[in-house]
Amino acid sequence: MSQANKSGNGRPGGGPRGHMGPGGPGMGMPVQKAKDFKGTLRRLLQYLKPNRGKLIIVFITAILSTVFSIYGPKVLGRATTKLFEGLMAKAQGVPGAHIDFTGIWQIVMELVALYIISAIFSYIQQYLMAGVSQRTVYQLRRDVNEKLNRLPLKYFDSRTNGEILSRVTNDVDNISTTLQQSLTQLITSVVTIIGVLIMMLTISPWMTLIALVTLPISVLAITQVAKRSQKQFAEQQKELGMLNGHVEEMYTGHKIVKVFGQEEESLAKFDEVNERLFHAGRKAQFLSGMIMPIMNFIGNIGYVLISVVGGLFVTHNRITIGDVQAFIQYMRQFTQPITQTANIANIIQSTVASAERVFEVLDEEEEVPESSTPRKLTSPRGEVAFEHVQFGYEGKPTLIEDMNIEAKPGQTVAIVGPTGAGKTTLINLLMRFYELRGGRIVIDGMDIKDMKRSDLHQLFGMVLQDTWLFNGTIRDNIAYGREGASEADVVRAAKMAHADHFIRTLPHGYDTVLNEEASNISQGQKQLLTIARAILADPAILILDEATSSVDTRTEVFIQKAMNELMKGRTSFVIAHRLSTIKGADLILVMNQGTVIEQGTHDELMAQNGFYADLYNSQFSDDFEESAG
Amino acid sequence: MLKLFRLLKPYRIPVIITLLLVFIQSLAELYLPTLMSDIVDNGVVTGDTAYIWRFGLYMLLVALGSMVCSIIASYFSSMSATGFGKLLRGKVFKHVTNFSLEEFDKIGTASLITRTTNDINQIQQVLVMMLRIMVMAPMMAIGGLIMALSKDRSLTLVFVVVIPVMALVIAAVASRGLPLFKAIQKKIDKLNLVLREGLTGIRVIRSFNRIEFEKQKFEAANRDLTETSIKVNKIFAIMMPAMMIIMNFTQIAIVWFGGHRIDTGEMQVGDLMAFIQYAMQIMFSILMVTMIFVMIPRASASAERINEVLDIEPVIKDGDEKGKASLTGSQQLRGYLEFRNVTFSYPGAEQPAIQDISFAAKPGEVTAIIGGTGAGKSTLVSLIPRFYDVDSGEILLDGVDIRKMTQADLRSRIGFVPQKAVLFSGTVAENIRYGKDDATDEEIQKAARIAQADEFISKMEEGYAAPISQGGSNVSGGQKQRLSIARALVRRAELLIFDDSFSALDFKTDAKLRAALKREAADATMLIVAQRVSTVMDADRIIVLNESKVAGVGTHHELMETCEVYREIVSSQLSEEEIA
Repeated sequence: MSQANKSGNGRPGGGPRGHMGPGGPGMGMPVQKAKDFKGTLRRLLQYLKPNRGKLIIVFITAILSTVFSIYGPKVLGRATTKLFEGLMAKAQGVPGAHIDFTGIWQIVMELVALYIISAIFSYIQQYLMAGVSQRTVYQLRRDVNEKLNRLPLKYFDSRTNGEILSRVTNDVDNISTTLQQSLTQLITSVVTIIGVLIMMLTISPWMTLIALVTLPISVLAITQVAKRSQKQFAEQQKELGMLNGHVEEMYTGHKIVKVFGQEEESLAKFDEVNERLFHAGRKAQFLSGMIMPIMNFIGNIGYVLISVVGGLFVTHNRITIGDVQAFIQYMRQFTQPITQTANIANIIQSTVASAERVFEVLDEEEEVPESSTPRKLTSPRGEVAFEHVQFGYEGKPTLIEDMNIEAKPGQTVAIVGPTGAGKTTLINLLMRFYELRGGRIVIDGMDIKDMKRSDLHQLFGMVLQDTWLFNGTIRDNIAYGREGASEADVVRAAKMAHADHFIRTLPHGYDTVLNEEASNISQGQKQLLTIARAILADPAILILDEATSSVDTRTEVFIQKAMNELMKGRTSFVIAHRLSTIKGADLILVMNQGTVIEQGTHDELMAQNGFYADLYNSQFSDDFEESAG
Repeated sequence: MLKLFRLLKPYRIPVIITLLLVFIQSLAELYLPTLMSDIVDNGVVTGDTAYIWRFGLYMLLVALGSMVCSIIASYFSSMSATGFGKLLRGKVFKHVTNFSLEEFDKIGTASLITRTTNDINQIQQVLVMMLRIMVMAPMMAIGGLIMALSKDRSLTLVFVVVIPVMALVIAAVASRGLPLFKAIQKKIDKLNLVLREGLTGIRVIRSFNRIEFEKQKFEAANRDLTETSIKVNKIFAIMMPAMMIIMNFTQIAIVWFGGHRIDTGEMQVGDLMAFIQYAMQIMFSILMVTMIFVMIPRASASAERINEVLDIEPVIKDGDEKGKASLTGSQQLRGYLEFRNVTFSYPGAEQPAIQDISFAAKPGEVTAIIGGTGAGKSTLVSLIPRFYDVDSGEILLDGVDIRKMTQADLRSRIGFVPQKAVLFSGTVAENIRYGKDDATDEEIQKAARIAQADEFISKMEEGYAAPISQGGSNVSGGQKQRLSIARALVRRAELLIFDDSFSALDFKTDAKLRAALKREAADATMLIVAQRVSTVMDADRIIVLNESKVAGVGTHHELMETCEVYREIVSSQLSEEEIA
């Protein structure tokens, strides 16, 4: 480990909490770069603005603390010089010669004061920065979250949750660490470099020149090694990705690997990739591990040169011995901030790249603003009409050319056809999660565009197959349907949904906490809870998924009963799997590949002898079959 | 963690070389200040320029030697650490490959993946650090102490005061800060949970107008995390200034007390300067060791997780040779499957997943299994390829208890199509060939034709050479299922098991596929688990499972007469008029 890193004074910010661990694994690794570095940086700085006052104090204290600590070795050098002089005088037999301990004591006191002040400033700086950085990040996280709430669903549908999560967590964390550590490190490093340079110059310009000569050598050496090690790190990353991919595939397909007796092949492939990863990793580690010793050596060359030249200078009485000691300490302080600054430059680059990704989210286009003079349905009846609706997902061809549907209050609309885009599209349009390309959707004679989104949503209730429950008690999950619902309301809704009984058999009843994946209750029970939630919300219009056979028979009967209860007196859009539901529907929408291709009652559609009739004949006619819907 | 480091054994020579080199390097580093003090005491004081030059050259050589040692050490330590990672990874992967599903259920697939990848990387990283620093730091500390003692014994008393003070400060900060670090991790998880829920439930949240509610949940988690982070950072803010003061005061103390010793002639100025540098080396080494101690808990948590995996003994073991012999003796039987009073419970479950199941399936027959979710259908078929072993009773294939066969032999007789179709990255042909390594192109195409996959494959641009991405994400669910069926068919196994494999298919394909199977795999024993009544109706034998037990066995018409549970299932799926 480098002596250069260790000797000299402990400087603020240069401690073990830096980004770079000892041995410098941070160095020589590839860095992510931002597309628009300046703009993003400026914007990031905007976030610091509310803390301007504190930041200024942080900067001032950082500078002061560094200046004071830089001044230390020079003063300490004076003490050494006094010692040396006294000693020399004694050695030369100067009468009355002695070491000037009163003088040294003064210097010592001076030093104590200097270091205490420096430490206090350093503490103030770190203390304040803790608040500044965390609060800034807090604000950033909040902004992102609020932004997410305003984004249209097409944003979420077009990317994975993991991708969005990573921006709010990893990228924001990255910014947080940089603010907490690297920012002040950068300041102290720069101040140290300048301060040390000045101190060195005041001691001896010639020696400073010697010290500076070593700089370009180290820069050259490091860039050469770093270039090579970055290549190896990239290689290692690639192999690691391959290996992780293989592991993931084999573990998720474990059953298949076993049942087809392919263990040997899987192992052979693993060993092959593992071997390649080993070689890439070994080289990457080795090359990055070379950086420190080389730097160290170059630092030592400087150290030796200064020892020699300084020694010669002292013998020629050009400088004092204390100055040599101080100079050595300064030189050691000099190399560290330089490598640190180089490192921080990398860190700042990756931070700005992170910030850019976060800002990208903040810059996304928001939902179409609500009408400035919103109208509200006071007592909705649930009449729904699609008038010449034209729709297509962004960047895709028009899916729905000209759709006209009319559902009267209390009617049941069955949606049939292969699973897929159909029902999602319908929900997207009815709830105005997506905007139409043409035509309009009208509820009780009012264009949904004229309503406030929250008022529109209040009209609907959804009970879907992919039930969504959150990590919380069963009571909270049901009460989600209506704000301020009372205990009695919740229980009544649960009873109507036939959920009350099973809830009471759970160890903590309504207070049972659903775990993260809600895996502590069955699929069917989850569905009952979502029905209870919808009952509590008491909407005018329903969108629901009929249970398929993935639920056990008994629960299924309950679900069916609960749904019938719920549908009473409400306009319902039902994703139907049951022939009885389909036949009894007031309107059947036959969907295929996301669009309605036929509509009418069962008899009308059979008479048309089109897709529906074909579907019906192939699926239901010979003997008894269930729908594929 | 130490247990894992036994894997370093093949690398003991590189490790020893590393340690040796690091040792030499620390000696060299420690020698430098000594040489410098010689320059001061013997060169500068006496004005001997030649001496200064000569010792300067020595210093340079020592520094060069130190660099060379350090670079070579880096070579060997990189080799040992990454080699260790390689061995450990290979060991874990191999071990997991031998797991039965019981072990997979116990730890969870996602967790197993993390343990094989991230956790091992974590330990590898720590090992690199340990080989470079953990060895170096104590050597430097002890070496520095020895050198300091050799320079001036009584001045070392300064350390008696300084080191305990330093240890005390570190302990005080760590004992308050580390628990908070753990709390922060929990709070980050909480924040992520709220965020993830907000994303997965976005449609529900918006349709219930609960954005405000979710916002408050997020706000609370965010604030909580922020406050704890501020707290922990404020505690750690004391660390650096405190260390700075301790080190600087040590220097001052050394100069002050050292001055007096110089005055009395017990010490030289050069020695004092060297002494200061030793002091710094000792204290920095202590700081380094502290850092390692911060890293170790994280790595040992990883090590614990890996050990947990390695300590699991697969419960399913191969049968002995005797079973094999008796099997070859029964060669005339092919595909004859029998369950005798089979009971099985998942580990830790209160109720058996299947209970007292007995039936026999013969070649050329289709046996169907139907029942509600949780009735035990999938469990029943998972017992046949020994994904799990029965608790009591026995399963016989061709008259031999399957536990007496080798797993490889048993599975070579089975063509299995799982509920969830799993494909691997590779081409379409490679995926089908997975079932039979030496399958010809004709065999592959034939299997695809029976599985009703030929049509869509030939529509793909590159046909059978078309690439399948990881997890088969570039083909639809139904296509995936058909490829998975083709893969099982290409084996031409005596026993074909379809674990609810037809539900992803539309009715027409389902019917065509079953017809083709009847034609092409007529001599095989077929076991079909199904949800749809239509799929099982024309089976030779339907086994109705209800709450882990057999509720009825027979043909469709027999069961409609005799089995209440079966009637219930039929009526839940079909409307009144169709049942008639």
